[in-house]
Amino acid sequence: MKRRDFIKISSAAAVAAACAPRDARSTKIAGQAGNDEEAMLMRENPVNGDKVSALGFGCMRWPMIDDGKGGRIIDQEAVNEMVDYALEHGVNYFDTSPAYLMGQSEKAAGEALRRHPRNSYYIATKLSNFGDASAQASKKMFFDSLEQLHTDYFDYYLLHAIGRGGKEAYEHRYVDNGIILFLLEQKKEGRIRNLGFSFHGAKHEFDYFMELHDSGQQVWDFCQIEMNYVDWKHADGVRNVNADYLYEELDKRGIPIVIMEPLLGGRLARVPEGIARQMKEREPERSAASWALRFCATYPRVLTVLSGMTSMDPLKENIETFGHFQPLSAEEIEFLERMATQMMEYPLVNCTDCKYCMPCPWGIDIPGTFQHYNKAITDGTYAQSTAQKDYAKLKKAYLVSYDRAVASVRQADHCISCGECLSHCPQSIPIPQQLRRIAQYVENLKQDTL
Amino acid sequence: MYICTDNKQRIMLKKLRVALAWVFWIGITLLLLDFTGALHGYLGWMAKVQFLPAVLALNVGVIVALAALTLVCGRVYCSVICPLGVFQDGISWLGTHRSKKPYQYKKENKWLRYGVWALFVVALVAGVQALVALLAPYSAYGRMVQNLLQPVYLWGNNLLAALSQRAGSYTFYEKEVWIRSVPTFVVAVATLAVVVALSLKGGRTYCNSICPVGTTLSFLSRFAMFRPLIDHDKCKHCKACELHCKAQCIAIGKDTEHIDHSRCVDCFNCIDQCKFGALKYRFAWGLGAKTTPSAPETPKISETGAKTTPSAPGRRAMMAGTVAVLGAAALKGIEARAQEAAKKVDGGFAEVLPKRAPERETPLTPPGSQSVKDFYRRCTGCQLCVAECPNNVLRPSTDLEHLMQPCMSFEKGFCRPECTRCSELCPAGAIRKIGKEEKTQYHVGTARVNVDLCLEATGRSQCGKCAQSCPTGAIVMVEHEELFRRPAVTEEVCIGCGKCEYLCPVRPISAIVINGKTVHISTQSPSPEGRGFGRG
Repeated sequence: MKRRDFIKISSAAAVAAACAPRDARSTKIAGQAGNDEEAMLMRENPVNGDKVSALGFGCMRWPMIDDGKGGRIIDQEAVNEMVDYALEHGVNYFDTSPAYLMGQSEKAAGEALRRHPRNSYYIATKLSNFGDASAQASKKMFFDSLEQLHTDYFDYYLLHAIGRGGKEAYEHRYVDNGIILFLLEQKKEGRIRNLGFSFHGAKHEFDYFMELHDSGQQVWDFCQIEMNYVDWKHADGVRNVNADYLYEELDKRGIPIVIMEPLLGGRLARVPEGIARQMKEREPERSAASWALRFCATYPRVLTVLSGMTSMDPLKENIETFGHFQPLSAEEIEFLERMATQMMEYPLVNCTDCKYCMPCPWGIDIPGTFQHYNKAITDGTYAQSTAQKDYAKLKKAYLVSYDRAVASVRQADHCISCGECLSHCPQSIPIPQQLRRIAQYVENLKQDTL
Repeated sequence: MYICTDNKQRIMLKKLRVALAWVFWIGITLLLLDFTGALHGYLGWMAKVQFLPAVLALNVGVIVALAALTLVCGRVYCSVICPLGVFQDGISWLGTHRSKKPYQYKKENKWLRYGVWALFVVALVAGVQALVALLAPYSAYGRMVQNLLQPVYLWGNNLLAALSQRAGSYTFYEKEVWIRSVPTFVVAVATLAVVVALSLKGGRTYCNSICPVGTTLSFLSRFAMFRPLIDHDKCKHCKACELHCKAQCIAIGKDTEHIDHSRCVDCFNCIDQCKFGALKYRFAWGLGAKTTPSAPETPKISETGAKTTPSAPGRRAMMAGTVAVLGAAALKGIEARAQEAAKKVDGGFAEVLPKRAPERETPLTPPGSQSVKDFYRRCTGCQLCVAECPNNVLRPSTDLEHLMQPCMSFEKGFCRPECTRCSELCPAGAIRKIGKEEKTQYHVGTARVNVDLCLEATGRSQCGKCAQSCPTGAIVMVEHEELFRRPAVTEEVCIGCGKCEYLCPVRPISAIVINGKTVHISTQSPSPEGRGFGRG
């Protein structure tokens, strides 16, 4: 007893000592909380002076409800409420695409935003001509977007997800069909204020776009990249380049940066238990998501950090994070790098639930399966061995929750590895291989051969 | 020679019978409802002591015990162990407990009784199992519970599952409710209608005119060591016993009294009713003639009996009609639900067509059955395995020859390697108990490829799902028409588990289909009875 007490007291003291300076700071922050209005962190676009909120609203994860006809539609009422709240609290950047949410995102964004003066927010949308890259279809997509969003111009317009396939893919989608010239024309006519691109791909593929910029062949007004404390140094390196490289290259050229996937589709908001504990030991009042968002905003070239918020709760929390913004110290960034290294040890699937792979032609719920698997790992509720103490309980929990999350005909074991999904995944996940891994895990659970 | 003192016996016997009947009836009903497998370790024996399954399983111990029980105590089997008997007691109690004169003596319907029995024996010997399953009491009860009550039970479970999901608990999980075979469902509805109608009208009419097990036991019960007997000296001929005899086998005349012990099911209602202590359950050997004067039926009674008969069909038909309508409504409900479930497709998902069962030249019977013939020979169609199957594989056959007897099909799952639940349960020995190890080497069928449907063979998509998922490695992808690949099955290695058929992406009929093997082969335990490979 004595020994245990001693350890308890001494460790408490150590923690207290470690936390002392931060405690002082967090009280200061709490003091600021009184005047919320002016709190939102704003960034100025050095190119055109746009004053953009550091928190941007990603319109890819809005809440969906049943439409009563067997389909799913966006819950417009919830969207309106969130957009109103966001604008009221200084969030003024909205990022959508004609491809998001089965093509419903732009319309919902338009509906919500048209209720506010056009000059009170910035709209970003994309040319998502993945399927039909013909000039006609691409132009139609552009004008449809204007219509859906009830506007005459886009503040930020992106070539959607270029990079993979490099020069060839880029030229196919934007050059050979004359679309890039069309877009430049639109820019001249004021329908596009800033022309940029969102990037997923390898280093040499990114270099190609920087060369275009450097040579003046195609100047980019801004660039959207995937950045967070995991991708900073731990992107797979082969098919996806590390974010630190991307940031440096853009920063060097003074190109404003928009951040996507700061939370990896929620994976950095719900981190494995061991990592969550270490974060709480440093800042008991702050969430894992707040760490991840602050990481991105700490870098000054970042114009805005997009978060795809599904409900009021994350919206409020994120607004608070940016409201009382304090950049992370070098030591804190180092701490996050340690967390990232630890996270790599978990057998998580690198899925951000963006649903680009859907619909799978064979009906598999790919993101649903991955999300369910990741959640079990993050929550520490996945069985690792039949010899484990709670094995039977964990087994039942996994199998029952799997059936609840994903209909049995859409589960991993039905994947036929046709490979249709592979080219759509921005994260370059070897989807069929990962599905097979999960199917095998489930099979092992069922047969008690884990 | 009384086995108890007067009043004590009067009170005790019926109470004991009712209590034991509850135990058996609840036990067997739960066994038939349970889909989790949690109960069969505790309750499985209750199915195994059922008479016909024991006969078909050649379970000599049980048969001898039941015969001895009947020879000593009479047909207590019918009042306690048989779930259909107890069920009828419940129904007739509901129908008559307010009536002061619910029953009266009826003549034995010998033609019907022995006619059905003879038909049953012929069917049993000739292997017309559909008829056996139709008539056998335990099968009839199992059919009713599995088809009509289990859906209700599952809906209840699914409600709890929804609540438990909301609470983030995994205690209850959802189970799909579906009609496994429409003909069997219809037969179950009809069975319920007939049984309910008969028990409302005449107590144990079914047991004493139709039930072949009842008739078989009656051959022994008429010579039972202990029987309810009427003491002529004490009897006041008040008819209280006759009016409360569910078996309608007590005839009280002006100065005569008679009990037909071939029909008496030892419910002890008569003993309970007799205020004069004239009725006793007592040692009867060597006493017969003395206490039971042999002039049984008075003409008056048979007349009234005859008079009531004509009204019966009308009432019976009405009852049957009502039940059929209710059944049909329930059927529609289930179908609508099934459609709804199939329609529940998220907009972001490609539609997945439901699978349809393919034609199989030889039916598929579960691992543990020795051969198709042996399986269908023994199976009484009680639906216990169907109710138990956690993978939605077992369902009653629809073809006339094996109507109501189960077969396997893989639209909703496959015969999983770790599951041996049906083999642990089968009371009739149609599915012998096998272990997990043995199961993985138990050949019940062989996969056959339909090249015209196959995705790869027709060049529609890369696939190879069957080859990749086969647990025994029996399927390989080989070159097909120079351009494409197709699956090829190594017949000796394929065990017929159905995983390939279930996972085949081709819908509604899979491109790879399991065909049954007539004789099942276990590579693990080859024995002289043709269980080896059957090849040199």
